[in-house]
Amino acid sequence: MTIWNPKYECMGNDEKHSLQGDRLRETVAHVYGNVPFYKKKMDDAGILPGDIKGMDNLRDLPFTYKDDLRDNYPYGLFAVPMDEVVRIHASSGTTGKRTVVGYTRGDIDIWAEVTARTISACGATRSDILQNAYGYGLFTGGLGIHYGAEKIGMAVIPISGGNTKRQLELMLDFGSTIISCTPSYALYLAEVIEESGIDRSRIKLKAGIFGAEPWSENMRRDIERRLGVLALDIYGLSEIIGPGVSQECPEKCGLHINDDHFVPEIINPDTEEVLDYGEKGEIVFTTITKKALPLLRYRTRDISKLANEVCACGRTSVRMEKVTGRTDDMLIIRGVNVFPTQIESVLLELGETAPHYQLIVSKAGSMDALEVQVEMTEALFSDEVKRIEDLERKLRFNIESALAISAKVTLVEPKTLARSEGKAQRVIDNRNI
Amino acid sequence: MLVKQISVFLENKEGRVAQVTRILSDSAINIRALSIADTTEFGILRLIVDKPELAENALKKEGFTVSITEVIAISIADEPGGLAKALQVLHEDRISVEYIYAFISKTSHKANVILRVEDCGRATESLEAAGFLVLTAREVYDQ
Repeated sequence: MTIWNPKYECMGNDEKHSLQGDRLRETVAHVYGNVPFYKKKMDDAGILPGDIKGMDNLRDLPFTYKDDLRDNYPYGLFAVPMDEVVRIHASSGTTGKRTVVGYTRGDIDIWAEVTARTISACGATRSDILQNAYGYGLFTGGLGIHYGAEKIGMAVIPISGGNTKRQLELMLDFGSTIISCTPSYALYLAEVIEESGIDRSRIKLKAGIFGAEPWSENMRRDIERRLGVLALDIYGLSEIIGPGVSQECPEKCGLHINDDHFVPEIINPDTEEVLDYGEKGEIVFTTITKKALPLLRYRTRDISKLANEVCACGRTSVRMEKVTGRTDDMLIIRGVNVFPTQIESVLLELGETAPHYQLIVSKAGSMDALEVQVEMTEALFSDEVKRIEDLERKLRFNIESALAISAKVTLVEPKTLARSEGKAQRVIDNRNI
Repeated sequence: MLVKQISVFLENKEGRVAQVTRILSDSAINIRALSIADTTEFGILRLIVDKPELAENALKKEGFTVSITEVIAISIADEPGGLAKALQVLHEDRISVEYIYAFISKTSHKANVILRVEDCGRATESLEAAGFLVLTAREVYDQ
């Protein structure tokens, strides 16, 4: 299998350590000089850029939290003038405010480089045809993969997400050999192919790059068997760069982190103490090459662990275990990040206090389904059916606008939703990932 | 005084109406009339009872979502065309009816019709002007 950039992906440990140290020093000087937020944070902690000699000082630096991005909405953490920014992406926020990320031309090149590595890791070369079924737009998935595939020289079909009929039509007619989408959408495609009775020999797919949501080994086996592809996991988050932070190789023993650009740490989320290789905790990244939005020790809230033994594929990069959970209440539904508080904001529009609610996530076939149950209150109730149905419609519409995914809204009787120890249980996830 | 109707929000699941009637029975409340509007997801139980305030409190205490709506009740002859005439009057006066249900009075042996309209006052005037007997709340509760 191809290694896109052996110089960096197979770099010796000492050389990598020293390269990371150089890049970290530059990044710290860059943010200290250009982002008042970081200058203040470091001043408060009594750290000057000169104190950071190399990687051993990484843990002296302050953490960055998602709230810091929101508090500095939209451009407060950008470290370059807007003249140098060539791209802006954004993801939905928990309380309506979005997380905004920016890229310089150089950042876009870095992004293309790391996604080229990740796509190559599944065996793709310039002879391949990529059906890129990640959403194009504010979401980083579609464009992130697109630039990496073009850098490799693949023929990219920018089909974006959804419209399954068209996905299948192009898959057959255009002869797609690699597909990128969420794992649940891959399973859904497999189901539709089975139902349609399409002659399997007409499908040329050989590998898939699946990410943007957690998935299990069982799901991998299912996708590989039913879609007839090598199914590999890709990881990323827009704050760090988007897809391409890390990616599995065919050895399937963890995701190779592009650690010459993004330095990982595992911490105990409660004490913020740095943990050793092999210990489970929250994964934290420091970007050491990005210019527009460099982030020091960004708290991802994703739970994983790190391994540093050299992989059989030859890559020397540190690997992270598939993300197994979150340290906050964020859910990933059909690849979209959902916070229960977003539902609360929608319900608050109905009156002064939000009615009690619960999110129920389940699998409808291979796709995630979201149901929002809302307890009826006297303020919402009416003796007329049409008014209650109007209320349901309005809630469904507002939830869809806020979350960017569809949801079923069910009104239930008061005091019927589970409460544990006085605290509301907001989420029931029946997906068994 | 207008007739007070009690509406109760119910999920479409087993035993909910039984639960409501049990609560009313425990408070010695007598149901005069009822109707249920249902959809696939939920239902609205509408009740006329002899002690509406007591019923409202008893149901709320048990956690039900309850609302009180004012409706009008008319007494009409229990014969073909009795209801048609009343509805014709309302139609001519452009008063729209949201919903309607009826029961037979055991004292007068006439049909009592419950009408939910936007403006009870105007509907009462219109029906009375056309010679219909609009019942008082007491008359309905004490049937």
